Amino acid sequence: MAITAAHDLSQAPSVIQLKGVNKWYGQFHVLSDINLDVKQGERIVICGPSGSGKSTLIRCINRLEEHQRGDIAVHGVTLSNDVKNIEAIRREVGMVFQSFNLFPHLTILDNLTLAPIWVKKMPKREAEDIAMSLLRRVRIPEQASKYPGQLSGGQQQRVAIARALCMRPKIMLFDEPTSALDPEMVKEVLDVMIELATEGMTMLCVTHEMGFARAVADRVIFMDRGEIVEQGPPTEFFANPRNERTRTFLGQILHH
Amino acid sequence: MTDVPVGERRQLPPPTTDSGAWGWIRQNLFSSWGNGITTVALVLAIVWLLNWFIEWAVLTAVWTAPSGQDCRGHGACWALIHEKYRYIFFGSFPYEQHWRPLFAVIAMLAMLILSADRRMWNKRLIWIWSIGSFVSFLLMFGEINLSSSLIFSIVLIVGVAGATLRSTAGSAAEINAWRAVAGIGFVGLMLRLLGLLPAFTISIAPLSYVETSLWGGLPVTIILATYGLLFAFPLGILLALGRRSHLPLIKGLCVGFIELIRGVPLISLLIMASVMLPLFLPSGVTIDKFLRALVAVILFAAAYIAEVVRGGLQSLPKGQYEAADAMGLTYFQKTALVILPQALRVVIPPLINTFIGFFKDTSLVLIIGIFDFLNTANQALVDPKWAGFPSEVYLFAAFVYFCFCFSMSRYSKYLETELNKGTRR
Repeated sequence: MAITAAHDLSQAPSVIQLKGVNKWYGQFHVLSDINLDVKQGERIVICGPSGSGKSTLIRCINRLEEHQRGDIAVHGVTLSNDVKNIEAIRREVGMVFQSFNLFPHLTILDNLTLAPIWVKKMPKREAEDIAMSLLRRVRIPEQASKYPGQLSGGQQQRVAIARALCMRPKIMLFDEPTSALDPEMVKEVLDVMIELATEGMTMLCVTHEMGFARAVADRVIFMDRGEIVEQGPPTEFFANPRNERTRTFLGQILHH
Repeated sequence: MTDVPVGERRQLPPPTTDSGAWGWIRQNLFSSWGNGITTVALVLAIVWLLNWFIEWAVLTAVWTAPSGQDCRGHGACWALIHEKYRYIFFGSFPYEQHWRPLFAVIAMLAMLILSADRRMWNKRLIWIWSIGSFVSFLLMFGEINLSSSLIFSIVLIVGVAGATLRSTAGSAAEINAWRAVAGIGFVGLMLRLLGLLPAFTISIAPLSYVETSLWGGLPVTIILATYGLLFAFPLGILLALGRRSHLPLIKGLCVGFIELIRGVPLISLLIMASVMLPLFLPSGVTIDKFLRALVAVILFAAAYIAEVVRGGLQSLPKGQYEAADAMGLTYFQKTALVILPQALRVVIPPLINTFIGFFKDTSLVLIIGIFDFLNTANQALVDPKWAGFPSEVYLFAAFVYFCFCFSMSRYSKYLETELNKGTRR
């Protein structure tokens, strides 16, 4: 993996702000006092043991999960129960899921053009042009007229990335995008993500791919038991973890 | 196979001993002694039954006869069907006007067959059904009186529907035109209801009027089943969506309606619609008995369809909802574009099963004195001249019902393969 130089973010405006975010599942405190500030163009990798709340955290940003206390603001718009607010934020924020979640009854092309046509009211022809150019970017334009069930897992996940990009989002959320893939397909998806990162997309990735974190992340965040335990640039984070829990976790996933 | 290097294995044909017609017979019919004896016994039984039936229904049958007396001592008395088929098909509809229900049935069947083709699933269907239904009912009634309130209501509905359906694809001018249409309908309806506009009626009466109490036979069965299910289907979908709503009031209402309707037999609903409903209406207001029966069938079918559709909605993985949400689709877009197309595909077999059940259940309207196909067949037996041949009449009725139900069942199979083309995992 090519290493991209960490870029200077000190001047960049902040696009996502979480202040004192708390969430409970029943009695279970899944997020406790999360404070996070994401700059435009920043690439963040979130890792941590399962059940640590990392997926919940990024799903709160586009309101797939509702937080109970604290504030989340995306591009200056504060998330509330106002449906218009939520839809406005979702138009700006693309998401890629662990299980792809393509629509099996639609062709690949229709999967990509659905949101632009219906949410952005884009003319069909224009949406298809954008969709095809994105499919070329993820290197599967020849699959456009097939159905998701006819594609391999890696291909499906690349389609899912293209589908999210089709809305021209300012921010991309990745929720364990490679965890459901066979090992030989992980690379093709990571390559697409790395390409996206080098183009300056703001990204929040929940992943255990530490190679990816080393290669592109500006910041690695380690979460455990609902809180952010440690964060820092990857070089520092991997070479010199300060917290005991971080060391244990890294020890488990790096040398098994 | 030692001569084939690793990684270059030949593709071998399957062993031949099990293939071919003889192989199939031996494997499936005579694989053991017990199996062989069962095969022989069943084949003999089938041959004996078929032989008896053909003897009765074809070889010794009487095809034409002046009266039932001439059928005694012979096989099946098809002469009865030959004599009574016009009554069985069209009931008490004036005899010399029978061409009207005939063409109405043909028009309705044509609409159904056209709608069955997937290539027709677009706006054309709305036109086909609007015009086809108008023609069918004009043929049945003979004249249609459109009161001013009804006309304004239709204009209002068409305007609202047009503005909604074209809200994403149409130009601003077009949508404003639809809104104007809706506005005209609304204003007209309000003025009419306030009494500011005199009542008027547009009458289309090319034929003599035939009231619904004279309708009977196949057109009644087809109208009840087709229009019953046509209205019950969307209502059922709304109920299913409502039952899964997060809003407690909507959810409660839908659950209450479904459980209430499902909890009573169709017959009791029909009797309520025919006996109890008129008691609650102000004097002088009457609702056609046929319409009341149709509404009862719609409500009943909707409750069952709702539960079938709910099964489909529940079978979708949560990720489909989340993916649609994450894209910023609204609730209605998500439901219409992502959720329902998948949910309905899953439930095609149980849905068609429900449809078939309802096609047959329409025969229960005989309890409130509506002459559907089974009831007219029943009435054909009453004639003393032809008394004593119920088997022939019921067999004939069963055959007609079977033709409809079997077509539906085949169509369900076609639809399943057609819609799942390419999407199978």
